[in-house]
Amino acid sequence: MKNRSLISINDFTKQEQIRILDIAADFEKNPIRKILENNVVATLFFEPSTRTRLSFESAASRLGAKVIGFSSSASSSVSKGESLKDTILTVSNYSDVIVMRHPKDGSARYASEVSPVPVINAGDGANQHPTQTLLDMYSIRKTQGTLDNLNIAFVGDLKYGRTVHSLTMALTQFNTTFHLVSPEELKLPSYVKRHIKEKQLTYHQYTDLMDVIPNADIIYMTRIQRERFSDPIEYEKVKNIYNLENAMLDGAKENMRILHPLPRVNEISTDVDSNPKAYYFQQALNGVFVRQALLATILGAI
Amino acid sequence: MENKELRKELKVSAIENGTVIDHIPAQSLFQVIKILNLDKSNDQILFGTNLDSMKYGKKGIIKVRNKFFESDEINKIALVAPTATLIVIKDYKVVEKKQVEIPDEVQKIVKCFNPNCITNNEAVPTRFEVIKNEAVIKLQCHYCEKTTSKENMVFL
Repeated sequence: MKNRSLISINDFTKQEQIRILDIAADFEKNPIRKILENNVVATLFFEPSTRTRLSFESAASRLGAKVIGFSSSASSSVSKGESLKDTILTVSNYSDVIVMRHPKDGSARYASEVSPVPVINAGDGANQHPTQTLLDMYSIRKTQGTLDNLNIAFVGDLKYGRTVHSLTMALTQFNTTFHLVSPEELKLPSYVKRHIKEKQLTYHQYTDLMDVIPNADIIYMTRIQRERFSDPIEYEKVKNIYNLENAMLDGAKENMRILHPLPRVNEISTDVDSNPKAYYFQQALNGVFVRQALLATILGAI
Repeated sequence: MENKELRKELKVSAIENGTVIDHIPAQSLFQVIKILNLDKSNDQILFGTNLDSMKYGKKGIIKVRNKFFESDEINKIALVAPTATLIVIKDYKVVEKKQVEIPDEVQKIVKCFNPNCITNNEAVPTRFEVIKNEAVIKLQCHYCEKTTSKENMVFL
């Protein structure tokens, strides 16, 4: 995987994805390893982000790499009208790998084609966010001991949520049974369901969150994203439709864990946070190990 | 009978060497000219449209003198003119006749339907994989991964 770009989760084979998870597990045991002291990591965030940028920068720092970059378009030459191609070509002179988030779909693939150094996609518009998918897979494997044959429930905005789409596609490699909970208007798109059907896997659709709690191994909650709705009335109708409270978890399986890509609004009550089944903050921590594994592998240090 | 043949000849005259693209849907003629960049060509070009066709009612036809197309080049027109036939003429004789085929990949001729796609926001040439195994032809964008279906195709 040395010198390879990671734009879409499908750019890596199942074996390669598992290899990244294995390396991430080593970093969890031993996170401070200065193996990238001679490397420069550029983080180009054309769109703001808290977790993704900081966890990449944290991962790079723990590996001893220098980090350069910007955290919004306003603080870069983009505000002077520079094209993405020119920005990428310039920054590639200063760095060994580029981590980028950009508001336009497909921007990361394009960047990887013009860049002489590898590009890691940290989110391109509504399209892909493969490092989130890998950290979700890591969190599932860590809490369940396996990725195979699990009952995974996705809850909330299944129509627009790119993390749900990418993770669903990745999980079709592991004989997953999918439980899809959403309001009628935010169901999983048919082009994602097609991937489930192609692998002859099963999915069930629900509108009531309570229906999935007793059987799920993982409940993956998502935020209903206000920015995706053109009609504010439509958003008002569904914004508070799911609210997971601690009292609702009594019938859940012992091994069940709750994941959320964060940020959350009110789909998970704060009274769930102290329940041992709540896993979303550890999930965010796992992002650092997975990103360490990616940086170290792509830069050829492992 | 002979008279009819003569009248047909007069509509679009024969060429000695070159390529005839026949059975183009009448309304797609100018689009085909554009996709093949014939509007910028220095070759002698004869074309006609709304001609009577036994098979299709109305059709368009293009004759390009002394020009022989590569398959990749000609297959680009399959998206707008799936019925088109390519006829290679040498010394006034038909030496080859074939149907256009829908290509596996389409570059630079169609706009991505997704307004948020990078190709609609920066100077990036479009590129699509053609999805043929469904009822209608769809193009999957190499960049944003969204699909553009036939009714939404806008040619550049």
